[in-house]
Amino acid sequence: MQNQKLAKQLFKKSKTARYERFGRLLCFSALVMIMAIVIGIIVFIATKGMSTFLKDHISVRDFFTGTLWNPGTKTPSGHAAVGALPMIVGSFLVTILAAIISTPFAIGTAVYMTEISPKRGAKILQPVTELLVGIPSVVYGFIGLSVVVPFVRNVFGGSGFGILSGTFVLFVMILPTIVSMTVDSLKSVPTYYRQASQALGATKWQTIWKVVLRAATPGILTAIVFGMARAFGEALAVQMVIGNASLMPHNLISPASTLTSVLTAGMGNTVMGSLQNDALWSLALVLLVMSLFFNLLVHFIGRKGAFSK
Amino acid sequence: MNRSQKQSRFAIAVLKGIAGFVVLILAFLIGYIFITGLPNINWRFLTAPAKAFSSGGGIGIQLFNSFYLLILAMLISLPIALGASIYLNEYAKDNWFTAMIRTSIEILSSLPSVVVGLFGFLLFVVHYKFGFSIISGALTLTIFNLPLLTRNIEESLATVPDDQRQGGLGLGLSKYETIIHIVVPAALPGIISGIILCSGRVFGEAAALIYTAGQSAPALDFGDWNPFNIDSPLSPLRPAETLAVHIWKINSEGIMPDLTKVSSGSAAVLVLAILIFNLSARYIGRKVFEKMTSMD
Repeated sequence: MQNQKLAKQLFKKSKTARYERFGRLLCFSALVMIMAIVIGIIVFIATKGMSTFLKDHISVRDFFTGTLWNPGTKTPSGHAAVGALPMIVGSFLVTILAAIISTPFAIGTAVYMTEISPKRGAKILQPVTELLVGIPSVVYGFIGLSVVVPFVRNVFGGSGFGILSGTFVLFVMILPTIVSMTVDSLKSVPTYYRQASQALGATKWQTIWKVVLRAATPGILTAIVFGMARAFGEALAVQMVIGNASLMPHNLISPASTLTSVLTAGMGNTVMGSLQNDALWSLALVLLVMSLFFNLLVHFIGRKGAFSK
Repeated sequence: MNRSQKQSRFAIAVLKGIAGFVVLILAFLIGYIFITGLPNINWRFLTAPAKAFSSGGGIGIQLFNSFYLLILAMLISLPIALGASIYLNEYAKDNWFTAMIRTSIEILSSLPSVVVGLFGFLLFVVHYKFGFSIISGALTLTIFNLPLLTRNIEESLATVPDDQRQGGLGLGLSKYETIIHIVVPAALPGIISGIILCSGRVFGEAAALIYTAGQSAPALDFGDWNPFNIDSPLSPLRPAETLAVHIWKINSEGIMPDLTKVSSGSAAVLVLAILIFNLSARYIGRKVFEKMTSMD
């Protein structure tokens, strides 16, 4: 009897062990919750976005190649007017143009901060870029509206609203992001690379161009992709300056629209479950897929060019 | 001087020029925000309610809403992020499951905030019928905030040296006790800095809130602090336009005569708040660290 009791006590988990299991489970459930949210977002938006094609029977081809966006009506040729091409083109145009403009500026600044004048870089540029990364997008939108739009109107003509203004705003917006990530990747290049290069008689520029930048290329590419992902998903700043006309952009200064601008402007004016609303969710799905694609790209670059120390 | 040296000089001059140009842009941005905005800020502007059709409106309710949403979102997301980061940094083994979870956190952090907002709209506003409300907004901000906060906390947990853990285990504490009583307190300065930095990001977020917390700021009765009354500032079911949403809203469809004044003032307040968050993150983190490590 006594022995049995003792055995039972010994086989039972101690209070500490139970507490340990409880704590571990608590932490694990928090993690599972985050994962459930991610899966939930993807599943919800995918099902909502697919209903345009499954429930409303819009053909995928019409959606991606049609140029007339006025869900609920028909195009002159008799197709449903759910052509998302203008928005898709608008989104890609502002993203790619902004990335093309900001990349040289960002790399130049980052090289200056790490290779040419690290002291001044750390003292002035570092805190300023950090602050600018944190500035809310609506503030960029407001400055775009009060500075960039009038500037474009006076210099290039038109109303000032359009792809070009969107590009300028996004350029300034993603610049700090790309700079700070490029700085990180330049800093991760070992110092002895630079020393070895200079010992071989290379000039400072040759070292930067042929050694440091080459070695940091994967990191720089990741930075650019991150910047593009941010530009592609940016909603309000772009929506404020692009003019919001769901037309095919003919030039850079005519009003246009992006996926995000149509979403923010339209979601409040449609009824849940209607074609107009479903079509907007399909745009959100395109946005989601592109975000996943950028993620995949970052992974791919990271795996190819990880710095093995 | 030979050719390559000349080339080097030229290239470095160009780089300096580029850096100078970028500094000019950045300085112009910050200067523009503060020079046009700061003269419009006074006590009345910060406390008065907004006016839709006449000039002289303030941002009092929007400012309160921003802080209230921020605090709620932080209260909800902190325990989840803390638990998740503890598991990731202390328990998780290096296997496919951990890799999958890390990937999903990365995906969440890179999702456009408008997509997160739409998800919140679908789930909280439409499905759970919370309507455009503080609670929908706070839950959506939580989703938006979780990945970044988790990563920040995990990074500060990772900086705690393993000696601390071994010390705890050597004294006979269980692993969880070691984490709660030794590792987390040791990482506290970093965790606090992380929380404040995330606060800055949440404070300025607008796209995720347009369709969750709503775009209207009904008048509040600041004498009534019973959260169950709809006029009370604390009521979780009232719509709450935040400062960032206010800037967007008045610039896209505002018709008040002093529109630029209100928006430049609001933008300056927003940036000032972010600046304070950034600076205090460093300062408070360092102070907590000094306080915790001092011997006396």
